[in-house]
Amino acid sequence: MTTNDNIAPISSAGELLAHAYQMELDAQERYDFLADQMETHNNTGLARLFRELSRIEGLHANDIAEQMKGMDIPEIRPVDFKFPGEESPEALDMGDMHYLMTPRQALQLALRAEQNAFAFFNHILKVTTDEEVKGFAAEFAEEEEEHVELVLRELSKYPESEERQREDLDPPVSPE
Amino acid sequence: MNVQQQPAFKAGDYKSDITPIWCPGCGDFHVLLSATKALAELGTPPEKIAVISGIGCSSRIPAYTNCYGFHGVHGRSLALGAGLKVARPDLTVMVMSGDGDGFSIGGNHFLHACRRNIDMTYIVMDNRVYGMTKGQPSPTTEPDWDSALSPGGTGLSPFHPLVIALASGANFVARSFSGNIKATTQTIVEAVRHPGFSFVEILSPCVTFRPDESSWKTQTHSASVEATDDPARAARRIMTDDGFNVGILYRGKRKPYDIHVEDTFKDPAILGEEFAV
Repeated sequence: MTTNDNIAPISSAGELLAHAYQMELDAQERYDFLADQMETHNNTGLARLFRELSRIEGLHANDIAEQMKGMDIPEIRPVDFKFPGEESPEALDMGDMHYLMTPRQALQLALRAEQNAFAFFNHILKVTTDEEVKGFAAEFAEEEEEHVELVLRELSKYPESEERQREDLDPPVSPE
Repeated sequence: MNVQQQPAFKAGDYKSDITPIWCPGCGDFHVLLSATKALAELGTPPEKIAVISGIGCSSRIPAYTNCYGFHGVHGRSLALGAGLKVARPDLTVMVMSGDGDGFSIGGNHFLHACRRNIDMTYIVMDNRVYGMTKGQPSPTTEPDWDSALSPGGTGLSPFHPLVIALASGANFVARSFSGNIKATTQTIVEAVRHPGFSFVEILSPCVTFRPDESSWKTQTHSASVEATDDPARAARRIMTDDGFNVGILYRGKRKPYDIHVEDTFKDPAILGEEFAV
């Protein structure tokens, strides 16, 4: 998990909402990207799962967009977001994907993303002195905590002991 | 929502609705994301950009963008890009290729594109293997890479793209890691903005044939020094680094190739008459 200790302070509620909105859009886009990949590689179960996660992130993005109405929202260039790592905390790392991945492995990735999002808002909640920022950070942290619990519930349906590795009968690395 | 000055374009505006068929986990997904974010940052309208490629996994990228594109023939992406830029200097030309396409089949074009210094950007997604044809060693493959198709390794010294670009006259030389989307985006932005021929090598892991490249995530590190405009210093720096030093390494001051465009438009009917047999 990326550390949040070095991120620059969020100075206004508008700035926090801009970050939260971007995080949801990035997460939605990434889940869609992954659903597309899984469809292409005929892993339809996982494709459905990622598509559903994308839908949920989209709903949250819409909720935040509603909250942004009437507020002063700063324009932030993609490279200027104050995220702790290279990307939105909630965006899955595409480098961890594999076409043979199991639902359990996929959910573990999603869990990490949701935990990162929770840690991000929780950090802001702890360090900010602005009451309005604190209020929004608390709300978003609580929502992300709910997402963590949702993914954990899904994960419990795929216990490690029952996990079957998917097999490719015509693997790409062949000497012929 | 009272958004102050919405950006003119978003990364999504540069993506087509065609689903990439790269292997899940492929570094090229990151490059596509970085490139579209960079184009949004530059704010150039999609119809003013041409993405040109050759052959290979990475060369599928024009289809996944919403810009003008040409999926050309093997190794000839730079020749196509140069021709297009000379004919249409108003376009932003991005040539995107892989290590096999760009450094083996297209190796000669690479040298002369650097030498001509035409104002365009060359991005090579280097995974050190021919992925599309099932895992043969490429010009940048390590000599001891042991695989079913190269038992014991090739024993050949790998091609060093950054040094060759610099020695051949490229005006901007950088290396990036695909998984580092923020830095790669910024590097592409800088490369497009820099006048002349800009070369960016993006280390882009092949999860299928080179699973060992997953270690690049931790092996790559930021260049500890600022970019230089002194080719000799840049050469020393590149020759002595560990191959995982990422960042902008050289920003040259050579004048780009001077493009003169004459109005050569002719009515197609007249052209037809001239070529009549």
